[in-house]
Amino acid sequence: MIGNFKHSLRFSPILGLIIFLTQSFVYAAEDNLVNIYSARKEALILPLLERFQSETGINFQLVTGKADGLLKRIEIEGEATPADVLITSDVGRLHRAKSAGILQQVDNAILEKMVPVHLQDKDNYWFGISQRARVIFYGKDRVDPSELSTYEALTDEKWRGRFCIRSSSNVYNQSLVASMIEHLGLEETEKWANGLVANFARSPGGGDTDQIRAVAAGQCDVAVANSYYYGRLINSDKPKDLAVAGKVGIFWPNQEGRGAHVNVSGAGITKHAKHPEAAQALLEFLVKAESQSWYAEVNNEYPVTPNSQISETLQSFGDFTADTLDLTVLGENNKAALQLMDRAGWR
Amino acid sequence: MSEHLRITDLCVDLAGYPVVNNINLSLKTGQIGSLLGPSGCGKTTLLRTIAGFEKPREGSIYIRDQLISDQSQAIPPEHRKIGMVFQDLALFPHLTVEGNVEFGIRHLSASKRIARVKSLLELIGLGGYLKSYPHELSGGQQQRVALVRAMAPRPDLLLLDEPFSGQDTERREQLSLEVRNILVQDGVTALLVTHDQHEAFTFADAIGVLNHGRLRQWDSAFNLYHKPADRFVADFIGQGVFITGKVLNDRELETPLGLIRGEMDHVPTIGTEVDLLVRPDDVLHDDFSPVKAIIETKSFRGADHLYNLTFPGGADVLCLAPSHHNHKVGEKIGVKLDMDHLVFFPKVGE
Amino acid sequence: MNTAAITNSKKPQKLRAFSPWTVMNVFFTFTILMPIITICAYLFQPPSENWGHLVDTVLPDYIQNSLWLMIGVAFGVTSMGTITAWLTSMYQFPGRRLLIWALLLPLAMPAYIIAYTYTGMLDASGPVQEGIRDAFGLKYGEYWFPEIRSIGGAIAMLSLVLYPYVYLLARAAFINQSVCVLEASRTLGCGAWGSFLQVGLPLARPAIVAGLSLALMETLADFGTVQYFGVSTFTTGIFRTWFGMYDAVAASQLAALLMLFVFVLVLMERWSRRRARFHHTTNQFRRLPEAQLSPGKAWLATLACFLPLLFGFLIPVSQLILWAFATYQEMLDDRFIELAINSFMLAGAAAILVLIPALSIGYRNRTNPSIAMTFCTRLASMGYAIPSTVIAIGVLIPFGAMDNLMNDWMSDHFGIQTGLLLTGTVFILLFAYTVRFLAVSLQTVEAGLGKIKPSMDDSARSMGLSRGQVMQRVHLPIMKGSLLTAIVIVFVDVLKELPATLMLRPFNFNTLAVRAYELASDERLADSSTAALAIVAVGIIPVVLLSSAISRSRAGS
Repeated sequence: MIGNFKHSLRFSPILGLIIFLTQSFVYAAEDNLVNIYSARKEALILPLLERFQSETGINFQLVTGKADGLLKRIEIEGEATPADVLITSDVGRLHRAKSAGILQQVDNAILEKMVPVHLQDKDNYWFGISQRARVIFYGKDRVDPSELSTYEALTDEKWRGRFCIRSSSNVYNQSLVASMIEHLGLEETEKWANGLVANFARSPGGGDTDQIRAVAAGQCDVAVANSYYYGRLINSDKPKDLAVAGKVGIFWPNQEGRGAHVNVSGAGITKHAKHPEAAQALLEFLVKAESQSWYAEVNNEYPVTPNSQISETLQSFGDFTADTLDLTVLGENNKAALQLMDRAGWR
Repeated sequence: MSEHLRITDLCVDLAGYPVVNNINLSLKTGQIGSLLGPSGCGKTTLLRTIAGFEKPREGSIYIRDQLISDQSQAIPPEHRKIGMVFQDLALFPHLTVEGNVEFGIRHLSASKRIARVKSLLELIGLGGYLKSYPHELSGGQQQRVALVRAMAPRPDLLLLDEPFSGQDTERREQLSLEVRNILVQDGVTALLVTHDQHEAFTFADAIGVLNHGRLRQWDSAFNLYHKPADRFVADFIGQGVFITGKVLNDRELETPLGLIRGEMDHVPTIGTEVDLLVRPDDVLHDDFSPVKAIIETKSFRGADHLYNLTFPGGADVLCLAPSHHNHKVGEKIGVKLDMDHLVFFPKVGE
Repeated sequence: MNTAAITNSKKPQKLRAFSPWTVMNVFFTFTILMPIITICAYLFQPPSENWGHLVDTVLPDYIQNSLWLMIGVAFGVTSMGTITAWLTSMYQFPGRRLLIWALLLPLAMPAYIIAYTYTGMLDASGPVQEGIRDAFGLKYGEYWFPEIRSIGGAIAMLSLVLYPYVYLLARAAFINQSVCVLEASRTLGCGAWGSFLQVGLPLARPAIVAGLSLALMETLADFGTVQYFGVSTFTTGIFRTWFGMYDAVAASQLAALLMLFVFVLVLMERWSRRRARFHHTTNQFRRLPEAQLSPGKAWLATLACFLPLLFGFLIPVSQLILWAFATYQEMLDDRFIELAINSFMLAGAAAILVLIPALSIGYRNRTNPSIAMTFCTRLASMGYAIPSTVIAIGVLIPFGAMDNLMNDWMSDHFGIQTGLLLTGTVFILLFAYTVRFLAVSLQTVEAGLGKIKPSMDDSARSMGLSRGQVMQRVHLPIMKGSLLTAIVIVFVDVLKELPATLMLRPFNFNTLAVRAYELASDERLADSSTAALAIVAVGIIPVVLLSSAISRSRAGS
C-alpha cells in the first residue's frame, strides 16, 4: 500500500506536466467562438473583448504578441490555423498580412459604412479601428510654435543637433517615411531623411515617450512621436509625468497642406478562419460608436468613425487636419522606406 | 661551516590546535636532512611553515642567519628562495615540461633561461622532452621534472614533501638515490619529509624523528638506530623489542635471557629494573648456546629468517638468522645475545 | 538508456552498431538541429536584391557593433566573474559568505529589464541627470554625462546580468583546484596575484571559457537591450530584414553569418588549447586555506565583490520596487497568480526536459565519442546564440507542416479536424526552449560527466552493479551538483525568455515575462515593474538553492 502510494506520488509531477501540456488544447470546433491573434496589448483590448462576450454571448480566445510574429505564425500554421481575427496596431503590418495572403476579403455593409474609405483596405482585407497622429513636440521654453510648420521643415539647419526621434526599426517611422515617399517621391524623401539625420541631437533610441521626455529634459528641442503617448503623460497620476507634459507642447504639422500623418490600429479576418461569422460580429462590434469611443479613449487615440465621442484630453489638443492618404499605400511603400532610412544612416 | 637553516623553539598551530611544538634543528650548507615520523606527527606542517604557507605561533626560522619567519613577521613564500617538491608533484598541466621548469626563472634572460632549463633536463635525462606535457610523461619522469622545476631558481633550500610516495616500492629506493645524487651534485641544501625510514636512511645526512609535533631526536641514521634518544624513537626506527633487565653494575644487566654485558651511556642506580632494547641483529643463533628459546613464528626474508622467539621466562625477542638455518615453528633453538652497546629506558608499568 | 542491457545483464551482450541508444541520440540531435536546418535551407535560395542593399548600407555596422559588443561583454563578464570567483574562493573577508550566493542574483534579472531600469535612472530625463541640473542650475548639454543608450550602455547592461555565468563556472573550478599547484607557483617566486594570473586563471580556463561562451552567445542573441538602446547588431538586423523588408532569405543569410561568427570563435578556442591539459594531475585535495587578508585589503575585496551585486541587482531591483510601490495595487490583479504559476511550470518543465537530450548526448559522447556525433552536438548547441525569434520560426515551420499533414489526413479519413496538435500547445514552446537552451544544459552535464573517471564505472561494475545501478549509485551522486546547475540555469533562462514565448504560446496563456514585456513595450515601465519583480523573485529561489549545492559539492571534502 505504502509502496503504491509512494509510486503514485512519484508520478504525480508527470501527470501534472501532461495536464499542463495539454491544458490549452481545447479550442476544438466550437461554433460560438472567435479566436484572436492580437498585436494590441492585452491590457488595452481584454476589457473590450469581455464586453463583447457579455453582449453577444460569443466566447473568445486571445493570444497577444508582436505583429510580425503573429503574422508569421498564421502564415506557417496555414489551413490549420486557429486564428480567426488578426488585430495589429499599425497599418504596415495589415498590409503585409494582406500581401502574405493570410487575410480574406470581408464584404460587410456595416464595416463599409462606418469606417472611412481611406482608413480601410481598398479591397476590404482590413479595417481601421482607431487612429493616431504622428506629430511634432517642442520644448515650450525654447521653441516658439511659430518656428514650426511641416515635417519637411524639420530638416532646416536651425534644428541642427536639436531634433530627436526613435529608431528606424520602429514601424511608425517606417509608415511616416512611406507616406512621405508617396507625397514627395523617393528622391525628395531621401534628401529629407538625410537632412533629418543631420539634425539628430543623439543617436536614435528608446520609445516615443522617451523622445517627449528628452524634450522636457532639454536633450533636444523638437521631437516626433505619436499623439497618444503625450495624452498618456497628461492623464498620468505621477507628478513627474505631469511635469514633463507641462514642459512640452504639441504641434500639428502640415496643417496648411495635406495634414498630419495618421496611422491606424486595425483588424482583418484570416483566410482560413474557422469562425467567420463570429469574426465579423467582432469587427462590427469594434466599430460600434460605443466601442469606438471606449477603444480609442483607453489609449488616448482617435476613433475612426467620424461621429464618435473623443476624450477630453484629445479635445484639449484641438482640431486638426489629418492626411487622408489611402493607408494601403503605406504598406506598399514600407520596404522602400526602410531601405531609404538605411541609406540615410538613420539607425 | 655556518648553519644554513636554523629553526629555534618553533611552535605552529593549525585551526587553534598545536601541531608543531618547540622544535629546534639546523642544517649545514649542502647537507640533506629528513623529517621522519608517523602520519599526523606535524612533519608536513613544519615543512609548510618553513616554506611560508603557515605562520609560527612562537619561535623563529633563519636561513643563513637571516630571519625569514617568526610570530610577528613572515616573508611571503615567493620571496623566501625556498624550493618545494610536492607530494602530488603539482606540475602545471597547462604548461609543457619546459614551461614548468622555467616557471620560476622567468626573470632571467632568455638565453640564460634556456641554458638552465636544458642543463637541468640533461641532468635528469629528459633533454628530449622539452615540449612534452606532464601527462605525457611516466610517473618517474614527472618526479624528476618536479624536482628540477624546484631546483631551477637555485633556491637556498629545497623542501621535499613525501615526493616518492606516489611511486611503487622498488622504484622508490632507486629514485630517491637518483634524486640524492642530483642534489649532492648541485650542492643543494635540502629537507625531506617522509614516513618511510628506509627512504630517510638512503636520502639524508641527518634525520629528525617527530612525534606529536615534537622533535624526538635529530641525528644520523646510525645513531637513530643504535642510540635512540627515547622509547618512541627506539620503537619507530627499525625493529626490536624491550625485555626487562636489572642493573647489576656499570657494565652488566640481568635478563630472562641471562647476563648481558655491554657499554652504558649512563648508569642508573644499581638494582633498578629497566627496559632493554633488543634488536633482531643483537640475537644470534647459536646451536651451542645454553640459552634456548621456542620459535613462535617465522618469516622468510631471502638472505635471512626473522624468527619470533619466546623464552621460558616469558620474554619475546626477534632474531635475524641466516636463512640456511632453517628451523620449524615450535622448535627449540639456542641463541645468544651479542650487544656491545646497551640501550635501555626506565621501566614502564605493565 | 539501454534497458535491454540492464534486464539481460546475465547473458553475454552483443556489440551492436545501432543500439537503441544510438538511434535515440541521432533522433535527438536531428530533431534539435531541425530548426537550424530549416533556417539554413533558406541559404540555398539565390541571394535577393536586398542582400546587396544590406552589404552596402548596414552590414558593416552590424558586424562592427556585434564585434564591439562581444569584446566589451567578454571583458566585462570575465573580469567581474573571475575576480569575484577568485576572491570568494581564496580569501576570507567581511560578507564573504553572503556574497558567495548573492553574486549569482543578477542571473535572475532579464537583460531588457535592467536596461529599462538604468535608462529610467540615467537618461537625460531621469532623476540623476535632473538632480545634477537642479543642483548646479545647469541645462542639458552643459555638463558631461555618459549616454546610457549607447553601445557602451548595452555592454554594461549585458555584462552586469551575464557575469554570473563566468562566476558560477569559474568558482566551481577554483574551489575544485589543487592547492598544491598554487603553492608550487608561490615557492617558484610568484606572488598571490601572480599565482592567480599564471596558474589559477590558466587552469580554470576551460571553465571560464565555458561561462564566457554562454555569456557571449546570449549577447549575440539579445534583442531587447540592443533594440531599446538603438544599437544595430546582427540580431536587430535579422529582425529588420525579415519583418521590415519581409525578406526571409536575406535574414537567414544574416543568421547564418552570425552562426559562422560563433563557430569561428569556438574553433579558435579549441585550437588554442591544443595538447595542453587542464585537469589536475593530482587527486589530493586539501581544504582551501581561504587566506585572511589584512583589514584594508579585506574591505577592498568586499567592495570588489559587492559592486557587481550592487549594479547588477540591488540598484535595478530598488528601482523596480520604487516603481512597483506606486503601481502594484493596480497590477496585482487576480490573474497574477496564474501568470506566476504558468511561468514556474513552464520553466520547471523545460529545465527538466532539456536535461534528457543533454544527458543522452553527453553520455554518448563520453562512452563512444565519434567525430560526426561531436560535430552535430556542437552544431545543435549553437541554438543558444541564435535569436529566439529565429528559433521560434525555425520550430514553427516543420511542426506547422506536420500539424497540417495530420489535420488533412484526419479530416480526410475520419472527418475530424485535429487542428494544431503540436504548434497549438505548450509542446511547441518546450521544444523551442530545448533547442535554444540545450547548449547550457549540455555544457554543464558534460562538465559533471568529466568528473567521473572510467575506472569508477569499472570498479562499480566489478562489484556487481548493473549499468543502471552504476548510474544510480555512482554517477548520480557525483553529478548531482552539475545536474542541479543545469536545471537551475535553464529554469532561470526560460523564466526570462521572451521572444519565443511571445510568439509560440497558445491561447489564453500568459507568463510573467509576457506581462512585463507588454507593459514595458507600451512604454509603461512603472506598470511593468510588478511583473518584472515577480520574475526576479521566482528566479531567486533556485539560484540560492544552486549556490548552496555548489559549495557542498567540492571535490575531496
